[in-house]
Amino acid sequence: MALALDILSWAAIITGGAFCIIGAVGMIRLPDVFCRMHGVGIIDTMGIGMIILGLALQTGFNLTLAKLAMILIFVLFTSPTATHALARAARYGGVEPQLDKPAKKETDQSNT
Amino acid sequence: MLHATLLGFALSALWWLLSGFTTPLILSLGAGSIVAVVWIAWRMDVIDHESHPLHMAPKGVLYFPWLLWEIVKANIDIAKVIVQAKMPIHPQVMDLTAGQKSDAGLVTYANSITLTPGTVTIGVEANAFLVHALTDDAAAGLASGDMDRRVSAMEGMSSRDGDG
Repeated sequence: MALALDILSWAAIITGGAFCIIGAVGMIRLPDVFCRMHGVGIIDTMGIGMIILGLALQTGFNLTLAKLAMILIFVLFTSPTATHALARAARYGGVEPQLDKPAKKETDQSNT
Repeated sequence: MLHATLLGFALSALWWLLSGFTTPLILSLGAGSIVAVVWIAWRMDVIDHESHPLHMAPKGVLYFPWLLWEIVKANIDIAKVIVQAKMPIHPQVMDLTAGQKSDAGLVTYANSITLTPGTVTIGVEANAFLVHALTDDAAAGLASGDMDRRVSAMEGMSSRDGDG
């Protein structure tokens, strides 16, 4: 039983870590600021969610579980708000989204 | 008054879950700080149906599991797109009309869109959302209006409340 829990929890943590890495890769590869926000979206939903699920399976049924659940809930409420604030700031600062350019390098933003 | 009491209960639960203390002295200090916080919030006039959208709670129980599942599916889609060598993205901006009536409903919808990878709400003007979508699939999923309907259903009776 303990072994099964360990396996499940490690699977969840590794999946979460993998999604964090994919999100980070997305932040680097995607072309402009608005697209990069989608990479962040992966990290703060699936990445954090799976890691917290894995940790919850490790800790068992106690106060720490409640704290982990609270971390997840607060992140799920605050991260979209932060993303939205970032998007607004970018638009207010005059950044226009690049539309429908499938991953080409001839963007007008230099030094990337 | 109802909302102030519920805020007190919520803060007590939060305080105890975060601290885990059971000694009377510390507990009474915690109770004192909660009373102070509720009093300050009441003085600031921020306790109302908007800061505590209780009316959404019963139907939210149905909405959030659905939203979580959507998030998982969208995550897998977007992760696949990112790891492909060609990265087949079609960034696009679309206008959406939100059907919600209350601010809390609009916030829930806008945040749900942002929380789902592949779509980000980049602008909100009253009922018109400006949404940036990374792929055609993500845009099509949103354009179907499924999420809009579900958030509206959860919002439900919110136009009638307002006591507090």
